[in-house]
Amino acid sequence: MKSVFVYCEVENQKVAEISQELLSAGKRLAEKLGAPLEAMVNGKDLKGIESQIAPYGVDKLFVGDDTRLEPYRTLPHAALVTKVLKQEDPQIVLFGATSVGRDLAPRIASKLNCGLTADTTILDIGDHFVKKEKKEYTDLLYAIRPAFGGSIMANIINWDMHPQMATVREGVMKKEIFDANYKTKVISVKVNEVVSDTDFVVKIIERHIEESEVNLKDAPIIVAGGYGVGSKENFDLLKNLANILGGEVGGSRAAVDAGFIDHNRQIGQTGTTVRPKLYIAAGISGAIQHTAGMQDASLIISINNDPEAPINALADYVITGDLGIVIPKMIQYYKENAK
Amino acid sequence: MRPLKIIVLAKQVPDTRHVGPDAMKPDGTVNRGKLSTVFNPDDLHALELALNIKDRIPGTQVTILTMGPQKAADIIREGYYRGVDDGIMISDRRFGGADTLATSYTIVQAIKKIADYDLIVGGRQAIDGDTAQVGPQCADKLNIPQVTYVEEILEIKEDEIIARRRLETGVETVSAPYPVLMTVHGSSPDCRSRKAKKVMKYKYARTKTEMRKGDPVLEALHLKRPHLVIPEWSVEDINADVTKIGLAGSPTKVKSVSSIVLTATESKVLTDSDSDIEGMIKELIKHHTIG
Ligand SMILES: Cc1cc2nc3c(=O)[nH]c(=O)nc-3n(C[C@H](O)[C@H](O)[C@H](O)COP(=O)(O)OP(=O)(O)OC[C@H]3O[C@@H](n4cnc5c(N)ncnc54)[C@H](O)[C@@H]3O)c2cc1C
Repeated sequence: MKSVFVYCEVENQKVAEISQELLSAGKRLAEKLGAPLEAMVNGKDLKGIESQIAPYGVDKLFVGDDTRLEPYRTLPHAALVTKVLKQEDPQIVLFGATSVGRDLAPRIASKLNCGLTADTTILDIGDHFVKKEKKEYTDLLYAIRPAFGGSIMANIINWDMHPQMATVREGVMKKEIFDANYKTKVISVKVNEVVSDTDFVVKIIERHIEESEVNLKDAPIIVAGGYGVGSKENFDLLKNLANILGGEVGGSRAAVDAGFIDHNRQIGQTGTTVRPKLYIAAGISGAIQHTAGMQDASLIISINNDPEAPINALADYVITGDLGIVIPKMIQYYKENAK
Repeated sequence: MRPLKIIVLAKQVPDTRHVGPDAMKPDGTVNRGKLSTVFNPDDLHALELALNIKDRIPGTQVTILTMGPQKAADIIREGYYRGVDDGIMISDRRFGGADTLATSYTIVQAIKKIADYDLIVGGRQAIDGDTAQVGPQCADKLNIPQVTYVEEILEIKEDEIIARRRLETGVETVSAPYPVLMTVHGSSPDCRSRKAKKVMKYKYARTKTEMRKGDPVLEALHLKRPHLVIPEWSVEDINADVTKIGLAGSPTKVKSVSSIVLTATESKVLTDSDSDIEGMIKELIKHHTIG
């Protein structure tokens, strides 16, 4: 059975969050197919890197270790991954829909002359009957993604030009250790034999990477405000609630556009996708582009003065009322009742 | 510094930012006819980047290239109105239904026909698919380096160009030799507006196919002013292999689409009364959701 293959991003010896999510998703697909899971990681000083990758159930790991491979540049990474993909001939290849994955995957798809679906949010395995050929193709990758500004979901398949490649949105696949003691076969790739000097013509002169201080993705509780919050000052109310609950503040795009809250706290299709334990939506109507980024929260509370707000359909608790009255009461009763 | 030859890749797209209620058919598919078309926003940023280089290095030649149905000639006219030197349409029914792989093959065939270029720029992505794939795929097929997510050109030198890239976690400054393909990020400067003089000069620019309706006045004008004839390249003109274009050359196919319906959960409906809110908080604490 041909493998499922994951391209892992690494920086400073740390495997990226998205890659851990992809390895988990890749393992679930591999299990459905009864196929092995393979991965590749390229960077510098990668000795022992397998300890971060093996637990996701990786059967074979290719490592390209060379100082010139970090920070990421397109051409050498493309050369290395293409070489290994040609040799391993996997059926499915996954990349993160990140600045790196979206730069690299199309270049490789062009080299391999195969299909690539961008920005998928759901991966599955299924069949497809091609009428023209009167032929049933089994065990295909269903790469499902939002399309047309998030108003529809499209299931994209590729039955004849393999491998089936996809980039996957950050934060949508659940990270899940398969077996902490899983044995991976590590294969170190002879980088010098694959890349040439012309792969390094693009030079990095300077880099400023900001470790983003906000980490909405890992926050167990998110208090999100929308346009209905009304002002930057009113957002302080949400911040207070988030602080006492041990959560983070987020916002809808309308709230960001209105300047109530920073862009890096936007939740939704063009912001961050979150899946917290508790999501409190205050003054948010529930446009599809917003709900796409929060609908997997375990518990949702909606505070809205419009009883018909679309977000209420998703909510476990619908509080119909003015957030300026409701939130202070929540703070008060939390303080009184928490031990 | 010597003048550069720049090709701008631009696309006409359905305006997915303003999807009205009638844009969806009852079966959940998109009613493309009901969506208005626009110049893809990121491509306008790419156009500005090219025109800005032309401002800095007089004599720089900017050619705008688009692939699409006849209506997409609007893109070429819009390019002229804002200052490009040349425009080329790639248009043929047989190109229809192309995914990014087939599209990049087609565009590259046209670029090979143009042959002489230092820089190719396009938007980072198009709003009808948000794939961001066509740029890198073209660069690969041309066997030239790519610099994606460009925000600003910092320096243009004889043998290399220096640009700042916008990454999701920061910025990066890189240098690349010519020829190079760049994709331009939406955080770069907005495109300049149309110039009234250019609008006057080019408003009657048409492709041959657009002229087919037969308009004697326009025909006479085109004879007198050949710059108004927008070149239009077919499958044969760019020497394309028909198995690599259109639907046939596209590995990815849409199996199904579904409109998104919010799944109704059993919700508890509360008022803003003290007892309702205190009750909820107590439940959340009891279930260890908070506290
Ligand atoms: C391509 C594209 C991408 C997008 N990406 C995103 C994205 O990533 N994230 C995102 O959020 N949006 C996104 N949007 C925008 C989205 O379509 C909506 O416009 C946006 O989510 C609306 O934000 P809102 O709910 O805060 O505002 P509104 O829709 O204006 O809703 C305000 C709500 O507040 C309620 N309200 C008002 N006053 C009060 C009060 N005193 N107390 C309680 N309730 C009150 C109102 O009843 C209303 O329900 C995107 C749109 C497009 C086209």
